[in-house]
Amino acid sequence: MTPLQGCLLVSALLFAIGLAGAVTRRNAILALVGIELMLNAANLNFIAFWRYGAHPEALTGMMVVIFSIAIAAAEAAVGLALIIAIYRHYRTVNLDEINNLKG
Amino acid sequence: MSLPFIIIAVATLFAAAAAMSLRNLVHCALSLVVALAGLAALYLTLDAQFVGFAQILVYVGAVAILIVFAVLLTRSDATPNQAILAPGWLAGIVVSAVVFATLGWAALNSTGLPRETPPAPVATVKNIGDLLMTQYVLPLEVIGLLLTAALIGAVIIAMKEETPKSSSSRRESAPSEKLERTDVRCYQAEKGGHV
Repeated sequence: MTPLQGCLLVSALLFAIGLAGAVTRRNAILALVGIELMLNAANLNFIAFWRYGAHPEALTGMMVVIFSIAIAAAEAAVGLALIIAIYRHYRTVNLDEINNLKG
Repeated sequence: MSLPFIIIAVATLFAAAAAMSLRNLVHCALSLVVALAGLAALYLTLDAQFVGFAQILVYVGAVAILIVFAVLLTRSDATPNQAILAPGWLAGIVVSAVVFATLGWAALNSTGLPRETPPAPVATVKNIGDLLMTQYVLPLEVIGLLLTAALIGAVIIAMKEETPKSSSSRRESAPSEKLERTDVRCYQAEKGGHV
């Protein structure tokens, strides 16, 4: 197994863990954490391909990861603000009880 | 694959699994911090120093704090008594296992992947800054705009809803009225029971 394949396997497992958490947990905050883990798995892929790819001096993978981290920060801020607004309305963050679009 | 990479990867994956499976949300947030720091260490082993430190600054510094704040503001820091998994959790686990099997199979059997390890590339902060200010200046500006919009939007969403005076007073009075009525009923029942 080459180092690149090792990185890809680690990131695939991280993505699967994040997906399982985002799909199965009932708490809205943990669903968001799972999405963050999936984003990080994608970032790890970008870095691995940048490191072992053909033209590392172009820094393309690194640039994508820098922008992706910025987008993930914005996503976390908006997502947690939404969760807090939902909690204020429903008094719960249990995703099974939040089943009403028109509160 | 080097030994440090394997150790860090195993620790990161264990922390991520703990962050997704522990009952107490505060413990989940702490495991998430470990997982994100492990990812930063993985970036360092892959010679991406700038991204590694940006990961520590943004994720371990800011996103983890945001998540802890959300956990405490939504009062979900106590260990829940009921089930922590959604009803269809088995299907979710199966889907993620299938996703991992597909991705792993593709990573192990792909013939187009580069085989040899090239020498460590030079990615100094100067190079990154040069590229950000020349080739990637438009994405940089767009990201700045996106961050501004997201932060203003987050503040507006999380701000207290301002309702008109009458409706808010009605909303407040309704439960208390009900409470009073049940109180009176309880009191009457109690009295009746005593008498």
